[in-house]
Amino acid sequence: MKIKVDQHNCIGAGNCAQLAPKVFSQREEDGVVILLDETPGDSEAEDVAKAVKICPAQAISVSEG
Amino acid sequence: MSKVRIWDGREAWLVTRYDDVRFVLRDQRFSVNPHHPGWPPMSAGQGATRRDLKPNIFALDNPVHNELRRMQSADFRIAQIEGWRPRVQQLVDEAIDAMLEMPKPVDLWEAFALKIPSIVICELLGVAYEDSEFFQHHSDRLVKTGSTSEEIGESMDALRGFLRDLVEKKVVTPTEDILSRMATQQVKEGLLTASEVADLCVMLLIAGHDTTSNTICLATILLLQHPDQLEKFRNGDDEVVAKGVEEILRFLDVPHLGRRRVALEDVEVGGQLIRAGEGVIAAQMIADRDETAFEDPDKFDIDRDARHHLGFGFGTHQCLGQPLVRVEVQIALATLFRRIPTLQLAVPMEEIRFDYDALVYGVHELPMTW
Ligand code: SF4
Repeated sequence: MKIKVDQHNCIGAGNCAQLAPKVFSQREEDGVVILLDETPGDSEAEDVAKAVKICPAQAISVSEG
Repeated sequence: MSKVRIWDGREAWLVTRYDDVRFVLRDQRFSVNPHHPGWPPMSAGQGATRRDLKPNIFALDNPVHNELRRMQSADFRIAQIEGWRPRVQQLVDEAIDAMLEMPKPVDLWEAFALKIPSIVICELLGVAYEDSEFFQHHSDRLVKTGSTSEEIGESMDALRGFLRDLVEKKVVTPTEDILSRMATQQVKEGLLTASEVADLCVMLLIAGHDTTSNTICLATILLLQHPDQLEKFRNGDDEVVAKGVEEILRFLDVPHLGRRRVALEDVEVGGQLIRAGEGVIAAQMIADRDETAFEDPDKFDIDRDARHHLGFGFGTHQCLGQPLVRVEVQIALATLFRRIPTLQLAVPMEEIRFDYDALVYGVHELPMTW
């Protein structure tokens, strides 16, 4: 699993950081998403999938490998 | 999806399916601009308020929207808001202590549900305790359905003026709060004027009060009507409470008149062509009862995973204050039911007056006893 985030569209809602705190965090100055782990293990797969779904800006994408 | 007639006689598209609502709220070809002739306001008052305030993050599309939003979003980061838990817990406990001393029945709306978000937003913004009475008086008038439009206008001006003066003071002597941060980062740097900061912050007030307090009141009734769910909620750990609150947010969806947009281009939504200039009502409260997104959607079930509900909207305008709402509602409800286990309505259900026509669904008052 390889994750990409789009900081330009992110609105800093923090849903991702709340759901998968090992994978996502937020920039201190404006709450915009920071990707902590670009290739997290399978243990994070479920939370990441949920984060992709609920991200209001659809700013997170996941690809294989 | 169908065409409906709104209060002023015009037509708009009513979008109700979960996937379609998400699509509309996410797609930038649908605008929130209240000056656009096709934009369908919920009421005359809503249209006027949105046009009147500048800068207004409810009324602006990207890229300007995101730019303004980012001036405030640092204060609503998850880590930041989670740090408020002990303070919110303390305020909730104090409000319950005070309530327990009052003669019964107690109006839960006034004594508890409105108090918590009001005090929290004052402290977040950096409004001093000596000023909080003034602040509270005017913000109450803004959210009460009984207020006349003159009263609303008056209170709005009073609050904007008050916040502007406060911002000017904080440019000189900043403290640790939202107004000070905006005074230093925006006003001092010449990015926004003190009045513009005041306008942005008045909106935090309007958006935060009524929605949170009505959610707390309606959720109290809802849980009392479902004793088995209430039992689980009361005995549950933080995780059970957090999950339960997501289901409450899905089930109640207090902003019950949908999100309003206007199409800037021809766009196809769920097989239907919406033409440029047509108004759209994205009915997130109906979408949250769509069985393709939630199994057995009309059942209130605190065990379900409802985190993908649209109660805070979707897309770029999704609620900025949602982490705060979550913390407030979780602590308020869990503490209320644990500390007053015999809590019950003081009048029969039929006597409770619900605000069907207000922008935010809720109650006028909620007499409770124990
Ligand atoms: S959920 Fe989406 S919009 Fe919110 S912080 Fe994460 S990436 Fe940004």
